[in-house]
Amino acid sequence: MSAPLLAIDHLEVVFDTRGGAVEAVRGVSLAVARGETLGLVGESGCGKSVTAQAVMGLIDPPGRILAGDIRWEGRSLTRDPKGWARLRGSEIAMVFQDPMTSLNPLMSVGDQIVETLRYHKRLGRSAARRRAAELFGQVGIGAPERRLDQLPHEFSGGMRQRVMIAMALACEPKLLIADEPTTALDVTVQAQIVDLLNELQAELGLAIILITHDLGVAAGLCRDVAVMYAGRIVEMGPIDTLFAAPAHPYSQGLLRSTPTLTASERRLVAIPGAPPRLIGPPTGCAFLARCPIGDEACRRLPPLAPTGAGGRAACFKAGRDAWADAREAAAN
Amino acid sequence: MGRYVLARLWQGLLVVLGVTLTVFVVTRLVGNPVDLMLPLSASAEQRAAFAQQIGLDQPLPVQFARFLGDLATLDFGQSLWQRRPAAEVVFERLPNTALLVAAGLGAALVLAVPLGIIAATRPDGPVDRVIVGAGLLGLSMPQFWVGLILIYVFAVQLKWLPTSGSATWWHLVLPAVTLGLAPLARLTMLTRSAVIDELNKPYVKTARAKGMPRRRVLGVHTLRNVAIGVLTLAGWELILALSGYTVVVETVFAWPGIGLTAIQAIQRGDLFLVQAIVFVIAGIIVIINIALDLLFKAIDPRIDVR
Ligand SMILES: Nc1ncnc2c1ncn2[C@@H]1O[C@H](COP(=O)(O)OP(=O)(O)O)[C@@H](O)[C@H]1O
Ligand SMILES: [Mg+2]
Repeated sequence: MSAPLLAIDHLEVVFDTRGGAVEAVRGVSLAVARGETLGLVGESGCGKSVTAQAVMGLIDPPGRILAGDIRWEGRSLTRDPKGWARLRGSEIAMVFQDPMTSLNPLMSVGDQIVETLRYHKRLGRSAARRRAAELFGQVGIGAPERRLDQLPHEFSGGMRQRVMIAMALACEPKLLIADEPTTALDVTVQAQIVDLLNELQAELGLAIILITHDLGVAAGLCRDVAVMYAGRIVEMGPIDTLFAAPAHPYSQGLLRSTPTLTASERRLVAIPGAPPRLIGPPTGCAFLARCPIGDEACRRLPPLAPTGAGGRAACFKAGRDAWADAREAAAN
Repeated sequence: MGRYVLARLWQGLLVVLGVTLTVFVVTRLVGNPVDLMLPLSASAEQRAAFAQQIGLDQPLPVQFARFLGDLATLDFGQSLWQRRPAAEVVFERLPNTALLVAAGLGAALVLAVPLGIIAATRPDGPVDRVIVGAGLLGLSMPQFWVGLILIYVFAVQLKWLPTSGSATWWHLVLPAVTLGLAPLARLTMLTRSAVIDELNKPYVKTARAKGMPRRRVLGVHTLRNVAIGVLTLAGWELILALSGYTVVVETVFAWPGIGLTAIQAIQRGDLFLVQAIVFVIAGIIVIINIALDLLFKAIDPRIDVR
């Protein structure tokens, strides 16, 4: 048991569009062990979802995996794409952002779970249905027998996300990838879903990759975190370390814009500017254009190097307080 | 549901009567069947006697009231041209049209759905380009012209198929192809674009992430979601065929259906037969519409049928 559950090695994904090649993922390396919880955090458009799609083997043309490797329990999937068909939905399962549109509107939620069980577990119709009812109980949906026959529109947003989670857990996956699972929900419902994922994680010992733009949500569920920017990981490490001492100016900026319990009285400020276009992105540090402390040296690519605090950051000035001047200016 | 169907049937009956009344009035205003039926040499007395015999001497409202009264007993009056009950002529010819429409549109639908799906799975790929190109070609050719080309190539030149008539099953091929070609093109293009739209929806991503094989994603998840759009067009094609296209095709191929009969009845000033045909076709169209609504409700339970 030396190989991690999932290992991503120098993954590069491009989309060949009319406007040029969109370099969505530019050399991401990650590893997730059994039972580990990893947050993948970053602003919208920085390549989180594409990374997840690559793990699932669901990059469609015009997209393609340009380089790198994805290994599941030590076996390469990029070299043997048939392996994906066996894993998808059984060993690796996924929950998506918008529970309103992520279920087939014309198929009863029960049938949508049953088809998964029948396909992967070769269960008979009634056995699959019993298991589906059991799953509904597990994710906190009352009156499962009746609700299994309902269509998605008969559920509220939060309940639909529970259906999605039940469906994802149907075949007892080892890894759950949740792509912004709470973004489309009300704040109170968000908290309920995070609690549910926490319970299920503890109960089933499953590994979770939680994709979110909200560090607060990641903090509620994950032990480790990887911060993505413009297709690369710019900082990774234990989430406590990131909250206590963010090393990369981008992580520091994200934290400044994240409401937390301890920082509730602090003013929340978004990072000025926007991420770079991923068609012909900068070759050096992609954050340079928005970085308060970047300089000429940052035109070279900073390696992801240990910070000393237990994490790693891709910044020549890692650990410096990048936003001190901005805070001061705002205070005056 | 039962009440809904009854209400729709009642509405439909009113529509059919409205259409029939219009035809009733127009046929009596634009031409005089007495002049068409009797030789030029007929005397004024002979003409008056004939008019009286078929009831045309009465004022229009009286004629219509009589027509409705007879209708209640399923009597459409006598065909002047065929000298037998108009209903008999209609129900003798109707099966031929039903056969033609079923063959032409049935084949169109059965081919269009897989073709549209295949094209949609690789938009702008080589297969898609061929299908779209053929579709555009199919859309831009007038029906009578398609019929004539087919007759020229397959009947006159190659002598594979008969030019006209209805003696054997082979006689069905060219008229059915002529009738079905444009609907095939339209249905294929619609299926293609509907599936392309559908494949971009999040639930498709979910189904794929669950590991569902491509066959199931397309054939179960997507197909059901595009079904209403495709069947709406198919229903429309059916109505267009019954209310006009069959007339052209049956005339080109001398196919003895209701469309050809309608033309012949109009040419011969056979008011009663024209009325009977219009009434029956309008009734069939009403029933098709109701059946489609019920079918849509079965496909998508969210549709409110009351
Ligand atoms: N199918 C596609 N075609 C072209 N570009 C794409 C496609 N999917 C994603 N991208 C691009 O890849 C980049 C990363 O997208 P994504 O991974 O969805 O970001 P996020 O971090 O918000 O999940 C974005 O710039 C996006 O425009
Ligand atoms: Mg995303």
